[in-house]
Amino acid sequence: MHHTIEVRDLQFTYPDGRAALRGVSFYIAPGEKVALVGPNGAGKSTLMLHLNGILRDRGEVRVCGTLVEEHTLGEIRSSVGLVFQDPDDQLFSPTVFDDVAFGPLYMGLPEADVRARVQRALEAVELRGYSDRVCHHLSGGEKKRVAIATVLSMDPEILVLDEPTAGLDPRARRSLIHLLHDLPQTMLVSTHDIPMVAELFERTVVIDEGEIVYDGSTQSLMTNRDLLAQHGLEAP
Amino acid sequence: MHYHLTDLYRLQPSFLHRLDPRVKLLAAFGYILAVSLTPEGTWWAFAFFFLLLLLATFLTRLGIFFTIRRSFIVLPFVLAALAVPFTSPGQVIWRIPGLNWGVSEPGLIRFLSILARSWLAVQAAILLTAVTQFQDLLWALGSLRFPRVLVSTIGFMYRYLFVLADEATRMMRARASRSARVPGSRRRSLLWQGKAAGAMVGSLFLRAIERSERVYAAMLSRGYDGQMRSLTHFHMRAKDWISLVTVGLLLIVPLSVDWMV
Amino acid sequence: MLFSLNEMHIPDGFLSTPVAIVGWALAFVFISVAIRQTKNQLGDRQVPLMGILAAFIFAAQAINFPIAAGTSGHLLGGALAAILLGPWAATLIMTAVIAMQGLLFQDGGLLVMGWNIINMGVLTAFVGYATYSFVRRVTGDSTRSRLAAAFTGAWLSVEVAALATALQLAVSGTSPIQLGLPAMAGVHALIGVGEGLITVGALVLLQKASNGLLVEGENAPGRRSANIIAAGLLVALVVALFSPLASASPDGLEFVAEQNGFLDRALDPTYSILPDYTVPFIANPVLTTIVAVALGTLLVFVVAWFVGRNTTRSEAAGD
Repeated sequence: MHHTIEVRDLQFTYPDGRAALRGVSFYIAPGEKVALVGPNGAGKSTLMLHLNGILRDRGEVRVCGTLVEEHTLGEIRSSVGLVFQDPDDQLFSPTVFDDVAFGPLYMGLPEADVRARVQRALEAVELRGYSDRVCHHLSGGEKKRVAIATVLSMDPEILVLDEPTAGLDPRARRSLIHLLHDLPQTMLVSTHDIPMVAELFERTVVIDEGEIVYDGSTQSLMTNRDLLAQHGLEAP
Repeated sequence: MHYHLTDLYRLQPSFLHRLDPRVKLLAAFGYILAVSLTPEGTWWAFAFFFLLLLLATFLTRLGIFFTIRRSFIVLPFVLAALAVPFTSPGQVIWRIPGLNWGVSEPGLIRFLSILARSWLAVQAAILLTAVTQFQDLLWALGSLRFPRVLVSTIGFMYRYLFVLADEATRMMRARASRSARVPGSRRRSLLWQGKAAGAMVGSLFLRAIERSERVYAAMLSRGYDGQMRSLTHFHMRAKDWISLVTVGLLLIVPLSVDWMV
Repeated sequence: MLFSLNEMHIPDGFLSTPVAIVGWALAFVFISVAIRQTKNQLGDRQVPLMGILAAFIFAAQAINFPIAAGTSGHLLGGALAAILLGPWAATLIMTAVIAMQGLLFQDGGLLVMGWNIINMGVLTAFVGYATYSFVRRVTGDSTRSRLAAAFTGAWLSVEVAALATALQLAVSGTSPIQLGLPAMAGVHALIGVGEGLITVGALVLLQKASNGLLVEGENAPGRRSANIIAAGLLVALVVALFSPLASASPDGLEFVAEQNGFLDRALDPTYSILPDYTVPFIANPVLTTIVAVALGTLLVFVVAWFVGRNTTRSEAAGD
């Protein structure tokens, strides 16, 4: 299967002139789980927004072999699920069920199929029984998991997550790490949580000031104190 | 990631930038009023106002085409006045080939006058925004006796505008990310789409309410008692008064000359 | 990038000076009352709450949904704000939004801002609120009835604002009432549907998330006087639409007819273009539009009622 991400010479400049990405290239193989680290403002979030076509400038992005372009966006967004940093931005429907059902409903799937997907997604994030809950009243950890469920219900082949453990208490964080470990999708996760990186991801990409400065084994990275210090990272 | 609301303010060490904001506000408003009072068809008056505008633009050191380039925002509304040339009684000077609708001379004059006024007025407003920081503009409004509560409210709005607009943008990106199209599927109905958009609005509202509670608590913690206070930062200097009077006279010239004729 | 996605912001130059000044005077009155009323309602929360909610409305106006071929539906927000917070708070909030849009983004003129505030702030808030209250009084307090009432209120608020805008343009001589009124009413009948949908969508979510919130607007100050004010505004609007003020140039369309000649020759002499109450109403665009809007409101409510019934039934049966 083709569950790959291929990025070639991606460049992006904001309308106000700031260069956010200065020629980023990498390849993620099927089933690989990769961590994306770097200081704030390095371009992590900007890069992620290119992976489902929300931002487009110069360079090429191929998801599951398909080039990300205007007319392929619909297809791309069913293949790659993007989970944003702030769950409040993604939970915008009245109930948990509505939010998790949004993606499949939008795709035009029949009702029975939608219901099944919602059930599966909620079970995958261990929130079975939360269907009727109001998103607004959930805890931070629960919201993060619902946010992931909203994307899982679309059965994407690839998951891209922006700072999944940010703002979580130790218990919620542990629970989320288990979840990420168990999910089978190809994954790219941007994070500041170095201990999680060391625990979950064999490969790490370090980005700083819009450029990739390291792409390789997590283990080697963690022992390279100079490189870590240079880019504002700390060893676990 | 930020909502790209292009704030027009451009920092420049120019004469206009350094004037008291009240002068700029009054000048801009006075200009728009003067243009609005200019009778139809007095083209030389419009030309005079245009030169005045160019002079002001020149004094801002922002480039002489600065306001012109941004002035086409009024274009869509021109449709509203499109009937004028065809429905004002008078001598018909041209007919649309095929449709046989006639454009009358008074109609055309009135239409072009509306366009001229609109075009000049919006440029004055653009210039005002470009040379005055928004907070100073609000201060000027308060100083000129606009209701303080309203001015403070707008100030708060300005402070949180980008924050909330950002939240809305991110919500829309999240929705876009979950808006996939599988070949052969039906499109969702208008009803569904509208309600989903509504849910986003409702969600945004809740967050706004809660944010306002947090902001209010922070204000109370710093001694807020319901009164918005600020330090006066501007005092009218000689050059402010001179500028104000000069502009006033310049604006009156075209209007009074016409009356004498 | 367009900052306001609703073309009701009148730019400077399109209204005559006396008309614009009257607008400011009227706006000033409403703003003053709104400030006082919300002060009573909110105490020292007034400024931060109203300010942040004004930012909310501004941001909410950017949220869209696709309708067809590149066009999308948006929220104006006056009706929603009024239903949630009461008409006076809504007036203050919308005033801030409109002022900001005019001052910062040149969306809407400065001299004509008085009328922009009245149209998009006062009229939407009061008509939306009064319609919501009135319909609920008639149909009861169930969820379905509230949502239908809200949809109708939101739709009508947009329509009335459009009618008022057409009136102001007509009195200024910018757009003959016989053309402007049906055009504005027609276009905004569609835009109003978008307003209704988003308003209802928001209320559905808010109902589920926090029952208390929906009550706030209903207990807002001036709720009784709001209905009177709304009624007064509507009556004034309708009267003005039929007055000689609106048909500032009744000769206008006659002029067109003369030019084209054939109209006089081909049509039955009773089909005159001048507003004339003895003529079959099809020939009087102003009357037709008013009647159409009134019937439209009824139709909108009925549709909202039945669609709402289906939705709430399926929601209850579903999860």
